[in-house]
Amino acid sequence: MNHALYSRRRQKNRLAVSLSVAATLFGLAWLVLILGVLLWKGFSGLSLAVFTQMTPPPGAAGGLLNPIVGSLIMTGLAVLIGTPLGILAGTYMAEYGRYDRLTSVVRFINDILLSAPSIVIGLFIYEVMVARMGHFSGFAGAIALSVIVVPVVVRTTEDMLTLVPDTLREAGASIGLPRAMMITKVAYRAARAGMVTGVLLAVARISGETAPLLFTALNNQFWSADLNTPMASLPVVIFQFALSPYQEWQQLAWTGALIITLAVLALSIVARALAAPRKSS
Amino acid sequence: MSVATFTVPAVAHSAVDPTALEAKIAVRNLDFFYGDHRALKSINVLLYDRKVTAFIGPSGCGKSTLLRILNRMYDLYPNQRAAGEVLFDGEDILSPAQDLNLLRARIGMVFQKPTPFPMTIYENIAFGIRLYEKLPKSELDDRVQHALARAALWDEVKAKLNASGLSLSGGQQQRLCIARTVAVRPEVILFDEPCSALDPISTAKIEELINELKEDYTIAIVTHNMQQAARVSDFTAFMYLGELVEFGDTTKIFTSPNDRRTQDYITGRFG
Repeated sequence: MNHALYSRRRQKNRLAVSLSVAATLFGLAWLVLILGVLLWKGFSGLSLAVFTQMTPPPGAAGGLLNPIVGSLIMTGLAVLIGTPLGILAGTYMAEYGRYDRLTSVVRFINDILLSAPSIVIGLFIYEVMVARMGHFSGFAGAIALSVIVVPVVVRTTEDMLTLVPDTLREAGASIGLPRAMMITKVAYRAARAGMVTGVLLAVARISGETAPLLFTALNNQFWSADLNTPMASLPVVIFQFALSPYQEWQQLAWTGALIITLAVLALSIVARALAAPRKSS
Repeated sequence: MSVATFTVPAVAHSAVDPTALEAKIAVRNLDFFYGDHRALKSINVLLYDRKVTAFIGPSGCGKSTLLRILNRMYDLYPNQRAAGEVLFDGEDILSPAQDLNLLRARIGMVFQKPTPFPMTIYENIAFGIRLYEKLPKSELDDRVQHALARAALWDEVKAKLNASGLSLSGGQQQRLCIARTVAVRPEVILFDEPCSALDPISTAKIEELINELKEDYTIAIVTHNMQQAARVSDFTAFMYLGELVEFGDTTKIFTSPNDRRTQDYITGRFG
């Protein structure tokens, strides 16, 4: 064996390993820093009042009840609108139209939509809904968010259904299973975990979106569960409060950011647990 | 049931008098195309009622392709086309008017890899039955039990019918798939290399099963394993490069084939 060559390789290997470890640490450090500050600043403001009181006027104490509820309503509605659309489109692409030209066109457009800046989506909904209705509304906010949900769900649905082996489809066909039943009873079942994960990821994605809501739901200092009126949401309130000079508002912004982060973290954990392969399902 | 009788075209001389048998499926002048590629060339072959017919030949000779025409499985994919006639009880199944779901309920298929549905063992069987029959629960239970017993699996799974079908071993999964096929009460069962993913003991069980099933079903089996073809089949068709070289009584094909290519293949000179 050529010892010089071998030790040179070992040195190169060591160098490569240290470089990649350093790069990982560099990236991780910022994340830890952000999370650390968020936890430190956010936790100190966490109290029951945050979940029971409305956003306060400047200089007064208050909570985040209206933006929390607003976020829940708009996110929930966006998912209710976006998920069926996304699953139906994804199903068409993976099952019925797998070999159609239309599918490649839709996939291409969907990929564009997937990476479209969310502020553009906000402006679009502003043009087609807010401007015509003459006022901002929670409904417009939910629609804007659902436009973000659709491409995520389309993509994961198509991907997960494509992963279902054709042999399973053939097995379904071999006992005389009609196409629609094969999809709903066999393919969906096999792809279920992945599809649910896709929806959860979409929820995680929209729960932090600010830009599309700024132009649609705007904000509301007061309690409102009426979708026809402007509606508060956590990201917009954080945006507004964090930029304000008032100390109480800044504190609430930190706390709101912590709540979103924890919620997204919880969703990601659920998504991971669902996506993990299970022996018996 | 009414079964048309056909004379055998170009059949090797056989010990069994084929003219005395009824053909369940008659393939006539069948061509098959993947796009522009002609994968099968003027195939003529018969599947006799309640007999086992084996299809042997080197990889890519078209034997699986032929099998997948018999239940129109190729219809799931684009750019695949069959021309000619496949008469099933005298009716051409290649006709565009053919209802594919009904056809596949009458001609079942077992695949190379076990393909249980992602549901419980019980549901794997009951699912297919419910498709075509509305049965009270007790009767459905009986049918499920009967199908599992027919596939020699009942004793192994009766205590865990609610376990996932995927929790079974490979050999058990394959027998579950056979039970699923049998449960729908088909008339013909197509086996596409059913043992190639299984160990010798599971293989022996499946072969035994095929032997029992032929009392009630017409069976076609594609296999790479010539010993298997010799063990389980009554008739054998040797295919090569998309052509059916020789078809006849299994003993005859394996002891004194007419064609030199058949001779070369079964003696292991190529393939």
